[in-house]
Amino acid sequence: MIGAILQVVLVVAGAPLLVGLMRQVRARMEGRAGAGVLQPWRDLRKLLRKEAINPHGTGWVFRLAPLLLAATALVVTAVVPLVTTASPLDGVADLFAVTALLALGSVALALGGLDTGTAFGGMGASREVTVLALVEPTILLSVFALSVRVGSTNLGAIVTSTVNDPLAVISPVSALAAVTLAVVIIAETGRIPVDNPSTHLELTMIHEAMVLEYAGPDLALIEWASAIRLTVLLGLLGSLFAPWGIAAAGAGPVALLVAVLALAVKVGVLGALLAAGEVFMAKLRLFRIPELLAGSFLMALLAVAASFFLA
Amino acid sequence: MVSLWQKIRRTGRVAEPPPPRERTDPPPAAAELAGSVQIRHVDAGSCNGCELEIASTFGPVYDGERYGARLVASPRHADALMVTGPVTRNMATALRRTYEAVPEPRLVIALGDCARNCGVFAGAYGVTGAVSDVVPVDVEVPGCPPPPEAIVAALRGLTGR
Amino acid sequence: MTGIVTDAAMSTTLITSVPGTGSAVTGLADPAGAAGASFVLALALCLAAALVALVLPGRIRPAAAGALTAAAGAAAVVAGVRAVAGETWSAWLPDLLPLLGVRLGLDPLGGVFLAVTGAVAVCAAIYGIGYTRHGLSGRGVQAALPLFVAAMLLVPAAASVSTFLVAWELMAIASLLLVVAEHHKRAAVGEAGLWYAVMTHLGFAVILAGLAALAAVSGGDAFDRIREATPSAAAANLIFLATFAGFASKAGIVPLHVWLPRAHPEAPSQVSALMSAAMVNMGVYGVVRVGLDLLGGGPAWWWLLVLAAGALSALYGILQAVVASDLKRLLGHSTTENMGLVLIGVGAAGFFAASGSRVLAALALVAALLHVINHAAFKTLLFLAAGSVLHATGTRDLDALGGLRERMPYTTGLFALGALAASALPPGNGFVSEWLLLQSLVNSLPEGGVAHAVTMPLAVGVIALSAGLAIATFVKAFGVGFLARPRGEGAANAHESPPTMLGGMLLAGAACVALALAPTLLLPGLARAVSGVVGGTGDPVTVAGAATLRLEGIASTISPLLIAAWLVAALVLVLALPRLFAARRARRAARLWDCGAGPMTARMEYTATSFAEPLGRVFDDVLEPESDIDVTPLKESAYLVERVRFHARVPDRIERRLYEPVLAGFAVAGRAATRLANGSVHRYLAYGFYALTGALILLAVLT
Repeated sequence: MIGAILQVVLVVAGAPLLVGLMRQVRARMEGRAGAGVLQPWRDLRKLLRKEAINPHGTGWVFRLAPLLLAATALVVTAVVPLVTTASPLDGVADLFAVTALLALGSVALALGGLDTGTAFGGMGASREVTVLALVEPTILLSVFALSVRVGSTNLGAIVTSTVNDPLAVISPVSALAAVTLAVVIIAETGRIPVDNPSTHLELTMIHEAMVLEYAGPDLALIEWASAIRLTVLLGLLGSLFAPWGIAAAGAGPVALLVAVLALAVKVGVLGALLAAGEVFMAKLRLFRIPELLAGSFLMALLAVAASFFLA
Repeated sequence: MVSLWQKIRRTGRVAEPPPPRERTDPPPAAAELAGSVQIRHVDAGSCNGCELEIASTFGPVYDGERYGARLVASPRHADALMVTGPVTRNMATALRRTYEAVPEPRLVIALGDCARNCGVFAGAYGVTGAVSDVVPVDVEVPGCPPPPEAIVAALRGLTGR
Repeated sequence: MTGIVTDAAMSTTLITSVPGTGSAVTGLADPAGAAGASFVLALALCLAAALVALVLPGRIRPAAAGALTAAAGAAAVVAGVRAVAGETWSAWLPDLLPLLGVRLGLDPLGGVFLAVTGAVAVCAAIYGIGYTRHGLSGRGVQAALPLFVAAMLLVPAAASVSTFLVAWELMAIASLLLVVAEHHKRAAVGEAGLWYAVMTHLGFAVILAGLAALAAVSGGDAFDRIREATPSAAAANLIFLATFAGFASKAGIVPLHVWLPRAHPEAPSQVSALMSAAMVNMGVYGVVRVGLDLLGGGPAWWWLLVLAAGALSALYGILQAVVASDLKRLLGHSTTENMGLVLIGVGAAGFFAASGSRVLAALALVAALLHVINHAAFKTLLFLAAGSVLHATGTRDLDALGGLRERMPYTTGLFALGALAASALPPGNGFVSEWLLLQSLVNSLPEGGVAHAVTMPLAVGVIALSAGLAIATFVKAFGVGFLARPRGEGAANAHESPPTMLGGMLLAGAACVALALAPTLLLPGLARAVSGVVGGTGDPVTVAGAATLRLEGIASTISPLLIAAWLVAALVLVLALPRLFAARRARRAARLWDCGAGPMTARMEYTATSFAEPLGRVFDDVLEPESDIDVTPLKESAYLVERVRFHARVPDRIERRLYEPVLAGFAVAGRAATRLANGSVHRYLAYGFYALTGALILLAVLT
């Protein structure tokens, strides 16, 4: 229980720091000085104090979308084994359930974009559900590949089995599953090469186009929730393939502290790698993204086939 | 990719060290910014000279982002509007609506001589007036075009960094 | 306990009822007749509703017939629940049908489908009271609906081949009468009726051939008799293929689905709900009853065929739904998709049973049956809400709808609930059955052979892609149809539905919510229904702590109630916390950000067609969209253009490539055959002479 609370507090507090770290890594590689790791915290603080706006013609769906996005991100944070494998919400700690909750958050945002009635909102929603639909098969097949060895899709069980048998990570199945999950994370969180989170050109937007109408605390919630989703997904990638340091059920305070530090290091390293990769890549054309996702689907299929033939 | 990595390593840091901060009183609306300002640029009819200077400000050499300023796409996400050029007839309504779309507390930065007093375009047939004739202005940055150092100084005055 | 009743006409009816094994009442007056009594009551109420509809005057006809049909549905639900609880019942009426008699029997499997049909009938009947008040209150339509419900109640209760076939045909005729109810309003209704009539009767012919062959091979037409007989492998294969083709057509499985997207939009909305949520289930019931129960399982390749057909339907159905801009056609295609998912479960169950893993087979079949129940709940809700929209705005075209949020708040909220369930997202009810289905497929890999290793990942991939596309479809249907601003006159003048229509929708919505939060209540009954068909010991899915589903032998758990509870808690937290840290400012109502130019018109909103365009482009090899450009020049000069018309549509590719050539071939053959009848009497006499001579020669040779 304490581990889960610690996990939620850590992720909620640290997610903007991860975004700041990624922006700082990009800035340094581009030769700039960068605004500092704490800048997203300053942005959020300022946004919370601004005025919220209800555009004419929007309704309860527009108002509910940021809340639902943040709520699903919070539930997923409490469930995914980041600091501890023992989740108090064991009935929710299933990989299929976590995937579906993240999809629910994206759907809420898409509906919020459609509720504005502007062309940009509709465009962002349309592109978002296209990417979501094409990413689903890859996600579920990667879950399949990971669960074959363990015999369960329960997140705690999968992570515990990797903790007990670390060498199982060095196998073609794990390598393929890791690559496909990395592509999935990039697609779900809207990073380059699927989507550019800092673009100003509406015709190139996917995620940004849905949130063009939001202001003040609503925008703060959306940005926070997006940062939390990125942190949780990177943490999940780390826990699934490099779970060293994660605390087991009933661990003492020292083990929890070690787990917290390990999580911070893992997520930091993965985020820095992702940001560095973004410097070398450009965003793909919208209609090249299905090719990328189809390629990752084939890799996931190979991972499942490998898990059968090599078992 | 390897050649790009080698170029990054060779180039190193391009950003120049920040100049000493001028002590100016920030406008009252900037009190709550506390180190973070999101800016939406509006071209009300400029010749694009000021736009080149803004691009340079947010480029690697002057790096306006290190002071907490960031350009955003939507006025709903912005705290300040950075308006360049005299307000032409076609952009008057658009500028007013953009200003109304910004959530409170909001600021307007009039960048360049054209935005302050129509500059060389004063009295032209397509111009309705300076920016302050259409929306209330909080910060003015003189120059035609203003150098990036002046723009950086204005931004630092808003964020306090 | 048996009772023999002799009636005045000296024929005997044999009624047996068996108490449930878990019945707590022992020694008292036999409580176990309740299943049979409720069933007979349901049928009687349906007949009474039909009589009332024929007799009463127009103003009270809809209310009276609707109320009686709803009561019949409620009685059917009671009968079904009791049958699932273990109280079987059977009846033998030898004089009702000449030569063969009528044999009825309720067992847990039939009870599931009976309860589902009854529940859908309750919602549709109550809804129909308000919907049919203007324009559909004729005697024929009002009498046909209760008869349709009665036929659908008879199909799962049939215990002999002849009863089954009679009930099946009654169902087809009654539904056909209902589909063409509005034929004087639109020409498309007649065409839809023609396609439906031909396809359902072709399906009936094939099922008749298969079941008659089965009865002939088994030496008797009672299901008990057929279960004991063992037909040869070749005969069993042919029978299964024939009956599967017929049942698949009824369930809307590709490539025999083309009647579904034509008939469902043109039928009145409560009829569409009944057809999509209750009638298509009969196809699934037929496959399970004949394939798994009567034929005893069969070889694995049968079930791979079922699985493949289900997978193909799931993908094709949802792809067509994604690009559909007619709301009811979209829902009809979604029915094809969901029935495809159910058949994936049934196919997996049969495949696992043939390979020997009984526990997994039971799990897959429980998942399939739970999906049937969940689909019935949310599809009823969606079709009734779509009917509400049609009633209020006069159009089904999503490109002309929108902005119904303020004018029809209840319909919007209920459609949102149905769309959440149909997208298989938590906390909706579609998520639980899809989770169970995925678990049964995912955990099969270690045990099976190479066939497992190839089919299971592909099946999971297909389910995942169809789930993702379903999300896109229902975001489109809800977002474009109900949110933002009205795109057309009908939507701008919409009004909320009358209370009876809202009542029907609310009942369906309540069922969705109950199924989403407490599916654990259904699982013991479903396990009982499945164990009778697949065999095996114990429950494949157990309930732990009244809220969590735990799988037998597999370390996976899910708790839908917990997910919903924690989501609500998180929502409250997220609502409250920013208030603590933040906004001392009130919300401001402001003009939409339209880049400053304006004015914003409804023409600038995204339409359903534009929303689906990226997905349509990604899948354009499968969908093969067509476009035409017509240029009309001025009369005076061919160089000056008066009008350019661009027409884009996504036809049903299977209809285009498969059906149209076949129909064209038949048309050519028909036209050629008219030359046989050239008017010459000599030729007609010659035809008769040759036919008679040929028949005599044939008889001489054969005997």
